[in-house]
Amino acid sequence: MSNSEASHFLQIKGLGKWFGQFCALWDINLEVNSGERVVVCGPSGSGKSTMIRCINLLETFEAGEILIDGEKLVNNPKKILAIRRKVGMVFQNFNLFPHITVLQNLMLGPIRNLNLSKSEAAETAMKYLEKVQIPEQAKKYPSQLSGGQQQRVAIARALCMNPEMMLFDEPTSALDPEMISGVLDIMVELAEGGMTMIVVTHEMGFAKQVADTMVFMDHGEIVEVAPPEQFFTNPQSDRSELFLSQILSH
Amino acid sequence: MIFKIKQNIHNNRPPPPRPGLLFTRKSPLIDIAQLLILITIISWVIFQGAQAMQYNWQWYRVDQFIYRIIDGEFIQGRLIKGLIVTFEITIFSMLLSVVIGLITALLRMSNSFSGKLLANIYLELIRNTPLLVQLFLFYFIIAPIVGIDRFWTGVLCLGFFEGSFAAEIIRAGIQSVPRGQSEASNALGFNRINRLRYIILPQSIPLILPPMTGLIINLIKHSAIVSVIAVADLTTEGLNIISETFMAFEIWFTVAAIYLVVTVSLSLFVSWLESRAARGR
Repeated sequence: MSNSEASHFLQIKGLGKWFGQFCALWDINLEVNSGERVVVCGPSGSGKSTMIRCINLLETFEAGEILIDGEKLVNNPKKILAIRRKVGMVFQNFNLFPHITVLQNLMLGPIRNLNLSKSEAAETAMKYLEKVQIPEQAKKYPSQLSGGQQQRVAIARALCMNPEMMLFDEPTSALDPEMISGVLDIMVELAEGGMTMIVVTHEMGFAKQVADTMVFMDHGEIVEVAPPEQFFTNPQSDRSELFLSQILSH
Repeated sequence: MIFKIKQNIHNNRPPPPRPGLLFTRKSPLIDIAQLLILITIISWVIFQGAQAMQYNWQWYRVDQFIYRIIDGEFIQGRLIKGLIVTFEITIFSMLLSVVIGLITALLRMSNSFSGKLLANIYLELIRNTPLLVQLFLFYFIIAPIVGIDRFWTGVLCLGFFEGSFAAEIIRAGIQSVPRGQSEASNALGFNRINRLRYIILPQSIPLILPPMTGLIINLIKHSAIVSVIAVADLTTEGLNIISETFMAFEIWFTVAAIYLVVTVSLSLFVSWLESRAARGR
């Protein structure tokens, strides 16, 4: 994160978020450059998901500001839609639309929100289904797919919107162990293609492999931001050291 | 522990053993016998009641009110004509109640203060006043102002009445679509209307459909109330026939049986829908 101020794709300044009286996020400051891969980790309940959900306004926040591509997030429906179309999101539970086929899942967003024609949308959809290596599943319904395949469809669906940044909210946490590597491979490939990514995950192998920056959160605050080499070998704060010793002990 | 390895996995596994060998079921003959006894008792009670009143049964005169065949031509009896009017009222007020229900449900879930207020006032008014009073209000006050006949007054009143139930059914259906679906469509940049139209409603309709069919059954039964404003539905025809022929027992039994046939077939349809929806999950 040593680049100049101008190339920050995402800036979070003094973000604060409360659920009722409970302060879920406090004083979050983060800059992400174009093409940067950020992995966010931390104990459960530390606000990781809440933070990335604020970035495309799935959660509102009470303090601070978020700038995407230099533009401040404000409570204006048109602007919010524009931001959401720039930022793709992949959920822990996939959240595919169960009533339509895989292909239609991929086409619906571009047709309705990017004004693509049906044939253009279908073409894009097939391109990304091939990228996530399941073009043969296009005509099936999501429930007929395994968890890993569903998550790959979800990634493809987000990519079909041609986003400038991708947010991953624990994308492998709901998967059976044998499904995880297939999804991570896709994400590695995406990272190598230069996509700006913020990934909330407990997959430390993946983090070591692709992260430019590690962010460690605890109790709704960012405790440590460090390059992965340093974070994994020589964490600066006691809390990240404890966390790492707990998750890497097995 | 004995350690072992199984090299071959069985491919020719036997079909499941016959059910009933382990858990024997009650014989259906017992059910049939119970049913026959029940029917005998009920018919005996009715027959004895009629005898005590010295009632003169005239079932042979009933069929002309259902249908007649004159010169090989099928002619609807008055009860069937009444049933058709009942169907017409039911269909129109059903359509009306779905529209009212959808609007009310959306208003209740909206962020608009006045929208919520309007929906709540409507629901409270309809639910906390008797249907009969509502019908009189519509007939004596609203109908003359708007200038509609009795048939449409009945339709309008029943539509507003059932609309309050439809609103709850639709709201429950929409809210039982998991929150992740809205979040995913938000993340893909859908606006509110498209989200509802392409993501939420298509998923809630299978959940809404079975209770909605139940609502039609209610509507058929509630529609009998239009007889008080003299719309010529099944109940009104029954009343008229009785006042001409004095066959109170036969006609009321027939009218009830016609309602029963219609509603029971619809209920069977509902349970079929529900079992299909349950399998679809």
